[in-house]
Formats: sequence, structure tokens, C-alpha cells
Amino acid sequence: MVEPFQFKTSLRLIQLLGIKAKTLQELLDNIKIVPTSSIYYHTHRLLYQQFLLYPEPPNDFAYWISQSLNIKDLGEAVASINIIHFRNIETLRKQLIKIISDYIVAEKPNGIVLEGQEFHFMKCQTFILPTAFKASSVDELCEVLKRISLPSLYFHFIESRLRLNNSENDFSRWLFDLGEKKVAIEIARLDPYTITLEGLRHKLIATIKKYASH
Amino acid sequence: MPAIKDYIPIVGQDTIDELYLLTEKFGNRIVQNINSTSVGGGVAEILMRMIPLLKDLGADVRWDVIKGDEKFFNITKKIHNALHGVTVELTEQDLEYFLFINELKRKEINFYGDIIFIHDPQPVALINTKNEIGKKWIWRCHIDFTEPQSYIIQFLESYINKYDRAVFSAPSFARKLNIPQVLISPSIDPLSDKNKELPDDVISKVLEQFSIDKSRPLITQISRFDYLKDPLGVIKAYNKVKQYIDCQLVLAGGGATDDPEGMEVLKEVKNAAADNPDIHIIFLPPASDIEINALQRASTVVLQKSLKEGFGLTVAEALWKAKPVIASAVGGIPLQITHKYSGILTYSIDGTAYYLKQLLNEPEYAKKLGENGRRHIKNNFLITRHIRDYLLLFLSLFYEEDVVYL
Repeated sequence: MVEPFQFKTSLRLIQLLGIKAKTLQELLDNIKIVPTSSIYYHTHRLLYQQFLLYPEPPNDFAYWISQSLNIKDLGEAVASINIIHFRNIETLRKQLIKIISDYIVAEKPNGIVLEGQEFHFMKCQTFILPTAFKASSVDELCEVLKRISLPSLYFHFIESRLRLNNSENDFSRWLFDLGEKKVAIEIARLDPYTITLEGLRHKLIATIKKYASH
Repeated sequence: MPAIKDYIPIVGQDTIDELYLLTEKFGNRIVQNINSTSVGGGVAEILMRMIPLLKDLGADVRWDVIKGDEKFFNITKKIHNALHGVTVELTEQDLEYFLFINELKRKEINFYGDIIFIHDPQPVALINTKNEIGKKWIWRCHIDFTEPQSYIIQFLESYINKYDRAVFSAPSFARKLNIPQVLISPSIDPLSDKNKELPDDVISKVLEQFSIDKSRPLITQISRFDYLKDPLGVIKAYNKVKQYIDCQLVLAGGGATDDPEGMEVLKEVKNAAADNPDIHIIFLPPASDIEINALQRASTVVLQKSLKEGFGLTVAEALWKAKPVIASAVGGIPLQITHKYSGILTYSIDGTAYYLKQLLNEPEYAKKLGENGRRHIKNNFLITRHIRDYLLLFLSLFYEEDVVYL
């Protein structure tokens, strides 16, 4: 017997680390040493805040490299890291380090940002809370998905997989346990990093309706 | 005063449910806020709004004010300016007197809270009580800390490092401290007199009261009369624009009880504007929120040309009213405005004049900036987000790990 799906949500408190970078080398040096939760924060902040409607790259590192250091090609390379490909934040950190290190070796950039445009490292403390919603069947899951908040959707689809080191998003894992293997696999293929959370909600519901056995 | 349920139509039921849940998890611990002024200034204003709402949610949050004499406030004003990077003469005797008043108050105050929440530098040295009574202590800085005079920051840091948490309004204020530093932006209350919707006749009445012509464009800066808000720079920018566009300028603001410098600045601004009937210098008494609201709503463009800024709540207020805003890229203002998307960020008098002309000549573009600005404020800078951050901050004092299951 599979337990009902308990919808949760996550809220975050942002901490300032008092560490800043003025050059690409300083950015790299600090990416190597800051806590995992700092890498997570700077690669997911904009997604969580639903800023995808804004004309900005998807992560803070890419934005700063492009806009403040004015290194457009590296900014684009960092912006297009395929985060869905990574199973945890440490492997994502390694990829960031590799891309930036390679660029420094090849191009030897020496730019320093203007005062006031330094990169400020932060991290977040995440608080996970239960919501009032539960689902015991595929149909109930679809119904609740229409109503839950975007932070709740974010938590189950993105944060749970990458930050809590679960192998898959929570919906796929639950559906798999329920015997709905086809829909579980199809959902796991959705890339949340190139779509707004509202768009993700619609795609999830459509995918479940299409592939679930009724 | 609005109840917490009154915010549901603005932010949604989910958001309010989350606040109730967080309050429940916080339990019946008492939070004791302490600052140095009960009226005027952003700190008192936000406490006045937040505390009743936190109480409505079920949290036991209270507020005490330490009263100092004129000498104390003159010194704290100098400390304030030195933190903003201004060169001021702050003697050892001044700092001794500052500590003397703190010590006096420390002995008077009943520290009944489980969490003692100290606001700004004035009462910072009350932390000396921690050795005697323990409890959790938070220091909330509402001031721009970007380039403080080094001697004053060294002096304050010896106290700040004794707290359990320091809270800043913008990332650039972070320092190398021995304690965790939390980022919490301030907020505006969409249901307050300063921000609620106003009927047209109320706006018209306020314009009549100050002899402002409704038929011509209006540029407004709302802020305390303070050199750091650069009212003289605003007049210079306006004069450059006025040569090409027939428009009016309003400089309106009040004064805080801990700001004795204000009257001197007001006099200088009046002198600078003396021969121009289209420049309106308005000194507002406390409780002029409806007037401020009306002036902002009647404006064609709103300015915030500060040289230094804590957060710059007046920017959020104007954006919430969907007004195009031109503001300096200082303090927390860049958090509120993405340049050319949700407002304009400037660095000079000439830049301010240039963009003023552009927005006055291109109302459609100006309108789009205002609409984007309003959406950004709705998502990030309303009082409900602030309450959530405070509840998380209080809870964080009891959980050290990065991921907390409540």
C-alpha cells in the first residue's frame, strides 16, 4: 500500500556570507569554498522567485559575468549549464569551476567591476512545511496540482531532487511506487529550467492525463 | 488597522495560510522590539504596521522605545552619517556619552522577551545585557552600510558581534562578521493610508491645498529634508528640464524626532527654490500619509535622487502606484528597480535630467515602466513577505541546519 502524497512547501531565509568578488578569478576562488547552499541559492534564486519573465539569464553567476564583467560568451556558457542533468549541487559546482577555470586559462581576463557592482555571495536556509493537501490517486494528484502554490510545485519538482539528493522529483517517485511507471518516466523528462513554474504546472497535468492508466 | 485576512485579495490565501503555519511553529515565545523613536522615519513606520498583523496571526510581538536627550540624538545622527560614509567629527566624548545613555537605558528596561530585537545603532549597546540574562538577540540595521567610516564600524562591530544574528536590507551591506547575517528587505503596506487606493476628489483636494496645477506634468520627490536625499540636486535637475518642458516640482517630506539637522536643510532648499513658483517645497507634519499618497498618485514621474539610502521605501511606494520612477543606484534601490525595465537608475544630476525629459516626452514608455514596477513590488516588497521573513528569522534562531523540516 502506497502512502498518500503529502504536499509540502518550502520557504527560504537568505543569509549574507560577507564574501564578495570583483574579478572573475575572485568569483572562481569563492565558488570553490562557499557552502553548498550558496551554490544552490545562486543557481536557483531567480527560478524560485519566478523571475523568468524578466530579461535576465537564469542564474546569478551568469548574470554577473555578462552584465558586470561584460564577458558575454562566458556568461552565456554559464547560463546554459544543463542543470537538470546534475544529480546534486556538488557536481554542479564542479561544472561551474571547470567552465570558469578553462576560460581563465584560455583568455586570461583581467577585468575588475566598478565599485558597487561586486558579486555578493549569499546562501539560504530552507524551511519545509506540510500543506493541507494530500493525494491518494492519480486523479487526486491532478486535481491538487491545479491548486497548489508555485513554491510547493517548486519544492517537489526541483528542490527535493537536487537539494535533498533524491534521485528523482517527488511526483515521479510516488507515481513509480503507485505502479504508474510510464507517466513517472515522462514526468522525469520535463526540464523545469527552461519554463516558468506556471508553465510547468500545465505540462505536468497534461503529461499525467496523457500517460496515466485510467 | 487592517486585519491579516484583508490581505488575501492582494496576495492570495496560500500566502496567508503559510503565515499562520509559521506562527504556530514559533509557538508562544515573546519577541521584544526596541528602537529609539516611536514616530517618523521608516523604522517606526514599519513596526507600527507589522506588530498588529503579527499579533493578529497569533504571535506575541511587542515594542519598546528608548528615549534619549537632544545630545544623544545629535550624536546618533553623527553616527548615522558616519555609517553612510560622510566625514563627521565624532569625538571620544561623544561615543562615551552614547554608551552612557545605552547603559542607563539598559538598567531601566525590563527585558521580558525571549527574543530581543534591536533596531539600528542607537540602542546597539543594550547587548551588554546578554551576558546577564542570555536569550536570543537580533540586531536589525536599516542603514546603508556600504562605505562606512572605518572607526565607527569598528566601534559598532564590537557590539554587533555579540548578537545571535545581524539583519541587513541589501547584499552590499554585508560585512565580515562572526555571526550569521540575514538579508531582509523592508516592505510597504498596500492597505496603509500612504499606499491604499484614493478617490480622485481626495487627490484633487490635496493638489488644491498645495496650489499645484493639475493640468501640467508634476515631478515629485518625497523624502525627509536631509543632505543625503540630495534635494538641492533634484532642484538642479529640474531646472535643466524646465528649460524645455513646462513642468512643476514638488519636494515634500517630514522630519523624524531623531533628526535635528532637518530644519537646516529645509531652509537651504527653500532658498534654492525661492524665485520659482513652480517649485513647491512642502514640509509635512507627522500623519500626512494621505497627502503623500495623493502627491505620489498625482505625479507624472517620481524621483528618489538619494546620495545614500537604507532601502528607499519611497521607491516601492511610488512603484506600487504604478508610477515611473527615476532613482539613484544606491542602497536597496537596485533591488527595486531593474534599469529600463521597472524604472530608471541614475548616477548624476545630468542623467536624472536626461531621463526626466525622456519619460515626460514618452508617456507610453513611462507607463510600461510603472506597470512592471508595480508587479515587482507585489511579488517581493509587500508587508506579507516581510512578516514571513521575520517569522523565519525568529525560527532560524532555534535551527542551525540549512534544511529545516517544520
